[in-house]
Amino acid sequence: MAAAASPSSMESAPRIMRLVAECSRSRARAGELRLPHGPVATPVFMPVGTQATMKGITAEQLDALGCRICLGNTYHLGLRPGPELIQKAHGLHGFMNWPHNLLTDSGGFQMVSLVSLSEVTEEGVRFRSPYDGEETLLSPERSVEIQNALGSDIIMQLDDVVSSTVTGPRVEEAMFRSIRWLDRCIAAHRRPDQQNLFAIIQGGLDAHLRATCLEAWLAKWCHVRTRDPRQQTPGHREAEQMTKRDVPGFAIGGLSGGESKNQFWRMVALSTARLPRDKPRYLMGVGYATDLVVCVALGCDMFDCVFPTRTARFGSALVPTGNLQLKKKQYEKDFRPIDPECACPTCQTHSRAFLHALLHSDNTAALHHLTVHNIAYQLQLMSAVRASIVEKRFPDFVRHFMGTMYGDPTLCPTWATEALASVGITLA
Amino acid sequence: MELLNLMLFSYQDLEESHRMKLSLTKVVNGCRLGKIKNLGKTGDRTMDVPGCLLYTKTGSAPHLTPHTLHNIHKVPAMAQLTLSSLAEHHEVLAEYKEGVGKFIGMPESLLYCSLHDPVSPCPAGYVTNKSVSVWGVGGRVEMTVSKFMAIQQALQPDWFQCLSDGEASCAEATSIKRARKSVDRSLLFLDNCLRLQEESEALQRSTIIGVIEGGDVMEERLRSARETAKRPVGGFLLDGFQGDPMTLETRLHLLSSVTAELPEDKPRLICSVSRPDEVLECIERGVDLFESFFPYQVTERGCALTFSFDYQPNPEETLLQQNGTQEEIKYVHQTKKIKTTGCNQEMTSFEINLKEKKYQGDFEPLVRGCSCYCCQNHTRAYIHHLLVTNELLAGVLLMMHNFEHYFGFFHSIREALKNDRLAQLKELIRRQAS
Repeated sequence: MAAAASPSSMESAPRIMRLVAECSRSRARAGELRLPHGPVATPVFMPVGTQATMKGITAEQLDALGCRICLGNTYHLGLRPGPELIQKAHGLHGFMNWPHNLLTDSGGFQMVSLVSLSEVTEEGVRFRSPYDGEETLLSPERSVEIQNALGSDIIMQLDDVVSSTVTGPRVEEAMFRSIRWLDRCIAAHRRPDQQNLFAIIQGGLDAHLRATCLEAWLAKWCHVRTRDPRQQTPGHREAEQMTKRDVPGFAIGGLSGGESKNQFWRMVALSTARLPRDKPRYLMGVGYATDLVVCVALGCDMFDCVFPTRTARFGSALVPTGNLQLKKKQYEKDFRPIDPECACPTCQTHSRAFLHALLHSDNTAALHHLTVHNIAYQLQLMSAVRASIVEKRFPDFVRHFMGTMYGDPTLCPTWATEALASVGITLA
Repeated sequence: MELLNLMLFSYQDLEESHRMKLSLTKVVNGCRLGKIKNLGKTGDRTMDVPGCLLYTKTGSAPHLTPHTLHNIHKVPAMAQLTLSSLAEHHEVLAEYKEGVGKFIGMPESLLYCSLHDPVSPCPAGYVTNKSVSVWGVGGRVEMTVSKFMAIQQALQPDWFQCLSDGEASCAEATSIKRARKSVDRSLLFLDNCLRLQEESEALQRSTIIGVIEGGDVMEERLRSARETAKRPVGGFLLDGFQGDPMTLETRLHLLSSVTAELPEDKPRLICSVSRPDEVLECIERGVDLFESFFPYQVTERGCALTFSFDYQPNPEETLLQQNGTQEEIKYVHQTKKIKTTGCNQEMTSFEINLKEKKYQGDFEPLVRGCSCYCCQNHTRAYIHHLLVTNELLAGVLLMMHNFEHYFGFFHSIREALKNDRLAQLKELIRRQAS
């Protein structure tokens, strides 16, 4: 699939994305990804199964919900059970017996979330394992090596992740380092034919930095010789060599942290404006329903987030009007399903009242019922979004969605209204 | 017309309305093989004996949704619900009106409602002449006969254990006085419940299971059996026969004497006995139905049932696959805890502990040849990983395997009885017991 991008190769990365429809107003697109473990319709929400399991639900249940791609986490799996064992088990697909697609992140995000345990240098990130106290170095090479062993269909470059609330020179440093680390990831990638390596656009909340980052990639494609004086790491003495650094897809990273929504959407819009049209745009860590709909309008194709599965385990069920905290007393005698329009097994068989009672017991089945429903909710939402794009009624879909969620278009959050307006969708 | 019907209702009528019938195919060395027919509120279901009931917590199989439960082969036709988990939801069920089966999403299953949860025995000292208490998540629920029957009316189960005094068996040594009281109270509760059932439209199709009490006192046990058998109950629950392995022989002797007093054509259930070896001992003494909480306990300690119930020729070969030598088995027996209920009990030699490091790289299924979803799709290494990382899926997959293995065991008991091979099966299980 993805061609080897070694210094001497002039092959470009394959086109894994086929555009099926585009909204004539906004930047929304409907498409299809061609991946080693089957096609995936976009826009797509990818549930997160961090440690080779989708929390309480079996591979069969996940397949039955229509999921065709989900996430695994390189940081966690790299520590337990480790890449050698997973390789023996015929990769992550074999280990967890998942027949469809897998995307693994690089382990970089844990730098931000577990920052007290890590130290970042040009070499990589030094972690102290929370399980046995052992020190490990996660370098671009090591991250790709682990992901090669995992065998996921899409792998992510190791990027220098900085919290979106950080400002100043650290952000610029991280952005340039991420570009250098992309080069190292491409060089270290041993299975470009079976695994698609995505680049990650960084730059925090600084429009200029983001733009610079994007330019750096585009410049590489256009065969411009570049010479980054900061490239001093071993193996990059060929910096002056013309390097075609093409990737099959892009991720927009460094957002979905503590930044304001106002800044968030502007960075997304800036990124999608400059990214190639014919390649998938993966917005990392975004999963609230409103955010998904707005970011589809802004031109994103792929999303992942722990929110729907995590909130399920706290007894919260996602619905078109928001969420139901099913542990609350008001649901004790509510004999309706979570959502009468939902086709998931939970809503077909069980009432809010039963789930309420079960959530107050120690039977874990309660959590699984909600996990099934919340994943179904997210996948059904993306399906509906896609259908509306294909049928050329996406702006109407957005208006209806916001109306259901917020009651009235004027009650829609300002950032969302502005973001949609910027791509030609008005709510009133 | 209604009034006339009510007036004509007598014990005899109640007796006949139990069209349910246990037909025995054969009885071998005390073991009964047969079918219960005309079961349930619709009167058209059947159940094989010996058999077990699906164990549930708050109306759901532990860890399992209908989808994953449906993956399991040979799930028993009847599920066990516990009043301890459902009594506090009385008001909700009363308002729901359509019965607990539909409420929990198991409208097709036969349902038996027991008083207590065999896995979490309740504190003693709360039974009075007028009431029995159960413990739910929200605390103690005290039930008089009328409250108990009101709850059953809201539940509308197919079978329910009658309100009873089971505390004679809780203490270390039962006094004769306490044993006598347990029998007296239980009979009084039974008569009152039967009277209230006559007056309840909603409970006409439900069957009361009479409870045999009496602690360790033979005289009281016999009295309980004879007196309970005189009432129009649909079956019998043998309560208080669980306990300390030291007094096992005595209790088994009591059990034989009790079942000898019971009518042949009504099912005998036993509570709090679920281990494979103990199940066989009880079947030999005339017991028909068991709870299936043992596979749940095995699951909770991160273990998988691996004992063989393949009694066909070559039992030597099967034993070679088992863990532990005779020496190890003896040692385990000595260090085993005395209490045999509760999730904290020690591992048995019927199972393997998937947390052990040796399974880290073991890519075999839990049990080779097992047809369950877990064994067909996953490896020991994967289960080990899920346990080490504390993932919820571990419980789901282990529960699926353990239930399937256990239900397969009961199937093999029936097959062995049919083919006159129970002795071989018993020997096979005995050799694997610790």
